[in-house]
Amino acid sequence: MTSAAPPVPPGTVSKPASGVGRSGPVAWMVLPALLLFIVFGVVPLVGVLVLSFTRWDGLGAIHAAGLSNWTSVLRDPQLPHSILVTFEIMILSWVVQTPMSLLLGTFLAGRQRYRAFLAVLYFIPLLLSSAAIAITYKALLDPNFGLGPGLKLDFLTQDWLGRSDLAIAVVIFIVSWQFIPFHSLIYQGGVRQIPTTMYEAASIDGAGRIRQFFSITVPQLKYTIITSSTLMVVGSLTFFDLIFVLTAGGPGDATRVLALDMYQRGFMSNRMGPASVIAALIVLLGLALALLLRRLGGSTTASQQEGA
Amino acid sequence: MDPNTTSRRTFLGLVGGGALAAGLAACGSSGPTTTPGSTTAAGGAGGGATYWFLTGQPQQAIREAQVKRFNDANPDTKIKTTQFQNDAFKQKIKTAIGAGQGPTLIWGWGGGGLKAYVEAGQVEDLTDWFNKEQADLKDSIFPSAFTAATVNGKLYAVPGETVTPIVLFYDKRAFDKIGAQPPQSWGDIMDLVPKFNEKGIAPFSLGGQSRWTNMMWLEFLFDRIGGAEVFQNIFDGKKDGWSDPSAIKALEEMQKLIKANGFVKGFSSITADSNADQALLYTGKAAMMLHGAWTYGNMKASGGDFVTGGHMGYMNFPPVDGGKGDPSDTVGNPGQYMSISAKATDAEKETAKKFIANNTLDDATVEAWVKSGNIPVVKSAKDKLSSITDKNDSAWLNFVYDTAANAKNFAQSWDQALSPTQAETLLDNIAKLFQLSISPQQFATNMNAVIGQ
Repeated sequence: MTSAAPPVPPGTVSKPASGVGRSGPVAWMVLPALLLFIVFGVVPLVGVLVLSFTRWDGLGAIHAAGLSNWTSVLRDPQLPHSILVTFEIMILSWVVQTPMSLLLGTFLAGRQRYRAFLAVLYFIPLLLSSAAIAITYKALLDPNFGLGPGLKLDFLTQDWLGRSDLAIAVVIFIVSWQFIPFHSLIYQGGVRQIPTTMYEAASIDGAGRIRQFFSITVPQLKYTIITSSTLMVVGSLTFFDLIFVLTAGGPGDATRVLALDMYQRGFMSNRMGPASVIAALIVLLGLALALLLRRLGGSTTASQQEGA
Repeated sequence: MDPNTTSRRTFLGLVGGGALAAGLAACGSSGPTTTPGSTTAAGGAGGGATYWFLTGQPQQAIREAQVKRFNDANPDTKIKTTQFQNDAFKQKIKTAIGAGQGPTLIWGWGGGGLKAYVEAGQVEDLTDWFNKEQADLKDSIFPSAFTAATVNGKLYAVPGETVTPIVLFYDKRAFDKIGAQPPQSWGDIMDLVPKFNEKGIAPFSLGGQSRWTNMMWLEFLFDRIGGAEVFQNIFDGKKDGWSDPSAIKALEEMQKLIKANGFVKGFSSITADSNADQALLYTGKAAMMLHGAWTYGNMKASGGDFVTGGHMGYMNFPPVDGGKGDPSDTVGNPGQYMSISAKATDAEKETAKKFIANNTLDDATVEAWVKSGNIPVVKSAKDKLSSITDKNDSAWLNFVYDTAANAKNFAQSWDQALSPTQAETLLDNIAKLFQLSISPQQFATNMNAVIGQ
């Protein structure tokens, strides 16, 4: 390499910038995003940690409380229950969403015109706000004035949100209904990345559609599955608005997930300390789960497309 | 809470919510309507003041009219208003006051919430001003309304707006169908339950998901069985107050009624905000409903001929056989309350005081409340009743007035009277009690654990 090499225009750098001098302008460009992250990500996070060691009712002075919030929350029988409900909803909604999204995504990856139309149709639930969805479903499921009694369908006339098991099932159903479109889209993109030559080779070898799906599509989508699952799992830790509007954690505490538990402690019963403990626990859980899923997917994030 | 974002997006907001409760709340309410100008107490230049209150008719229009009258009369010291929906308001005002961004005039329900403001030094002591300078206004208000405005013997809020006791509503048509009379005692209620169920009518409507709706039942049962002092002891922080034998008896009676299918099927998934519980009553699906006097207006407007056709009956909660309580006692909201922020400037405080003194219970306001089917917290409301021409309205208003005025004890709703910490634990445990997932003893134990907190 000579010193007279022509200047490389930014954006077309073929090798990752490794020189100290070259990272200068790139680092500057990161600054606005970094600032936003610090102000809205790091500062609140530190704030929550600090608050979790204090006693504060949200109105008056803040007093140091030592470890008392942590010990009382960790000993509170409500906490294991909330964690259990959170994981129940997380796992069951993953179990429902993943196969459905995978199949739908694979189906939608075809090039026929009507599939594009269907893709748009399927995508609609994601465009609605969770609160609107919750209010709508609440009205539809009403045991006295809802869909069941309206159409005189007895099997639809259940106490959907008033029985613990049914309420959880309804939450999982609505969550899946809302987010399957999003994950289908991810899978659709993933499937379209798979080289068609693989399918052609498989057809020549006599593999049917089902065989192709399990031997080519699913293995090739490994990283897509990891990505989608990570979003589902970490995202389900933060389910709040839907459940808040739909059941408010009820009946009793059957659907009180961690985020709702935090809200109720903090903003309903004015105990910011214990609420911050729960918030910190949610962060820790989210980090642990994201790391775990990355491990499951192998330590490399390099695309498997190369040399496929 | 912003209902327009997806749950993933709210992640940081939620996590941050704990820490920057106050700061983030500024961008997290569900779209309040604001009159032009600054909404912060500190931001008001000159002597203007800010005032936050609730939306919802007919109350909203009456409040707006009060402010308009004040602003027309005082063009130099105008009041700017911001209006919120009920639940959004409860969270928003708490966080705003905690952050020093609250309004000059703080609208509220008194009781435990007010006590929290007082302990944090956020509201003005109005004792001297009100007792000395506003003695006439003070004398005109129902005495029972002052209890919830008083903390440690000092007055921190001025009662206003309406007195709304909890009332037992019933559908006369349903009673005709089973050929029975409205219940005169708790025993009658228990006897009526199987009769209504047999005819396919739910004995009682209940919006159980809202939780405070269930609470109204306990408030009456505690009072009728053990007398007013049972809850008074709890309120005063007496140790193990919830384990009082009368309290346990009341909780047991409550679960008996639930086990006997006294409430409409699916009651624990019905909310009161959607008025579905009222609809069950006026559509004939349920025979009776225990609810606040504030539901009258909606049942009249939405219930077809339920009210106008004279089908709606109402009464005070009946006595329990052998109970110690005075059957004239009632519970509910003895009034709504206005406090003045301690953080406001002197000029702002003056404006706020002037508004409270001249516009919150003036003649025009009293008349507007009565016309809307409500009894304002002033004794002079009685004089306005004769001008009501609609005979249903007139009978209803006289009933509410008499219930409120004749009550030996007008207890404030428990969730308002207790501290927010106790109230939340209470609502939580009441929901479980009604689910039959905890016993009366467990309920008492859980509640005793937070007494005085």
